[in-house]
Amino acid sequence: MSIQNNEIMIGLEIHIQLTNLKTKLFCSCSNDYRGTEPNTHVCPICIGLPGSLPVVNKKVIELAIRLALALDCKINNQFWFFRKNYFYPDLPKGFQISQYNKAGGKAFADGGKTTIRLNNHKKDIILNRIHLEEDPARLVHKGSIATSPFTLIDYNRSGVCLIEIVSEPVISSPEEAREFLKQLKSIVQYTGISNLELEGSVRVDANISIKGYDRSEVKNINSFKEVERALRHEIIRQKNILKRGKKLIQETRHWDDKRRITIPLRTKELEEDYRYFPEQDLVPIEINSDFIQKVKSELPEMPNERSVRFRKEYRLTEFDSYNLVLDKNFADFYEEGVKSDPSFDSEEYKLYCNWLMNDISRWLNNNNKIIQETKITPKHLVDLINAIKDGKITGKIAKSFIPDLMVGFNVKALIEKTGKRRISDKEYILKITKEVITDNLDIIRDFEKNPRALEALIGKCMKKTKGRLDPELTREILLELLSNKIKKYKKS
Amino acid sequence: MEKKEIISREKIEHLARLALIDLSEEEKVNISKQLNNILDYFQKLNELDTSNIKPTRHVIDGLKNVFREDIPGKSLTQEEALKNAREKQDGFFKAPRIIKE
Repeated sequence: MSIQNNEIMIGLEIHIQLTNLKTKLFCSCSNDYRGTEPNTHVCPICIGLPGSLPVVNKKVIELAIRLALALDCKINNQFWFFRKNYFYPDLPKGFQISQYNKAGGKAFADGGKTTIRLNNHKKDIILNRIHLEEDPARLVHKGSIATSPFTLIDYNRSGVCLIEIVSEPVISSPEEAREFLKQLKSIVQYTGISNLELEGSVRVDANISIKGYDRSEVKNINSFKEVERALRHEIIRQKNILKRGKKLIQETRHWDDKRRITIPLRTKELEEDYRYFPEQDLVPIEINSDFIQKVKSELPEMPNERSVRFRKEYRLTEFDSYNLVLDKNFADFYEEGVKSDPSFDSEEYKLYCNWLMNDISRWLNNNNKIIQETKITPKHLVDLINAIKDGKITGKIAKSFIPDLMVGFNVKALIEKTGKRRISDKEYILKITKEVITDNLDIIRDFEKNPRALEALIGKCMKKTKGRLDPELTREILLELLSNKIKKYKKS
Repeated sequence: MEKKEIISREKIEHLARLALIDLSEEEKVNISKQLNNILDYFQKLNELDTSNIKPTRHVIDGLKNVFREDIPGKSLTQEEALKNAREKQDGFFKAPRIIKE
């Protein structure tokens, strides 16, 4: 049996901690619990002691409005919280204060969408709703959850404000899911509600089904990176079960990121089993339209708007601008750089983008850093591009400077320090090219048939001089030498 | 009005499962009887016509938007937090394993 991508349906529930808050959702314990001793950021409210009463953090409403607006959702002007009842050690009260969009209840906001780009086509990922709820505690297992003899509980995370974004099951591949999350991460960064670089600030549950069969829900996917991996695994697992002629059952599974498999967690409790009912310890919340308008007017430029502007202002391609604006820090770096040199025009705008998206991104990935953690400044990159333009260094030399630029050296100092300059001395280039030709007669024989032979020879010359030869001159001289050689060869 | 069983035996077992409690045969029978009596009594409310009454969202009618500012306050110490815990380890609350074999 072969299953096409359009037969796969994935819906994501993305829980994002509002890490830019100072306090939790219902109590004034500090939100900044990372790296702290267990159970030191807790109070009677967030460990659920009898008689304690929750009070809503006002800032939460503003941050949630920002996200709702950025995702094009319809904000509900009046809502109230519900209790979602179930027993699990991470839930000290035996219920989670959440929202419910049935039984007279409403989500914080309904609908919404975000547009993704994948392989040159666009797709709207439609959202169902976003709502607010409290984060459960952090559970610590000895080894894997499946084998740990007991569970340790740290309530520091308990009560931190989560915003849950529920997509419709319109995602049809792990790649689409990845792009959607990239886009969402970007929007969250621009709205300034959360820093998703922080560990554990994101948790994803994924509903995955093959059309016509029961779905499974995979929980505990603890980073955006893991989502694609977990989805791939789960789709293959489901396909294999069908291939063997077995039946898929509706179930909840747990993503074991150590073993990189999903394991059955518990039989899915039916929705009514949560026995949702309105939380009487909290009064309803009403948001007036003026406040929404005020928040709207203060929203910064969002990535999609910025991408359109970049195309216009810096004449970047759609692909380049889309990718460049995803990370706000990157896009800020870009703008500061290209604006700092009035001589910059289309060509430099494009070059600056390429350096950022290629060599610098690669260095950041390899070193697992974000750009602010490095010492490169927007001006350093301007200098690098100008040094190539002015013929001081070659592109190859520039590439070799990147690691030093990232740790704070400037281009001028690097040219002095390394002695790497572009060599335009024709005599010297002639000498090098002749040597290379003598050493690579096999490539020369190829030259007439294979135009790439020339590139290979240029590469050899560059290698010999650590990339310092003027590439255009080298090409000219090589071509001349080679055509002479071929003429001679043909005569004889 | 005929007295009918509102809570079935299956329902009792289901509720016990959700509440994570074990009930003996005798308890199941007793609790079932008691719950049915209670719920039967509440049926009286159905005699009232509530079609024109707005559902009560909250018992304090009209109160809304009770907020607190986003300013950190004092938390408990670890020692205070763990004071009532039956089992603890290294500053954590300790609970049984989650997944059944």
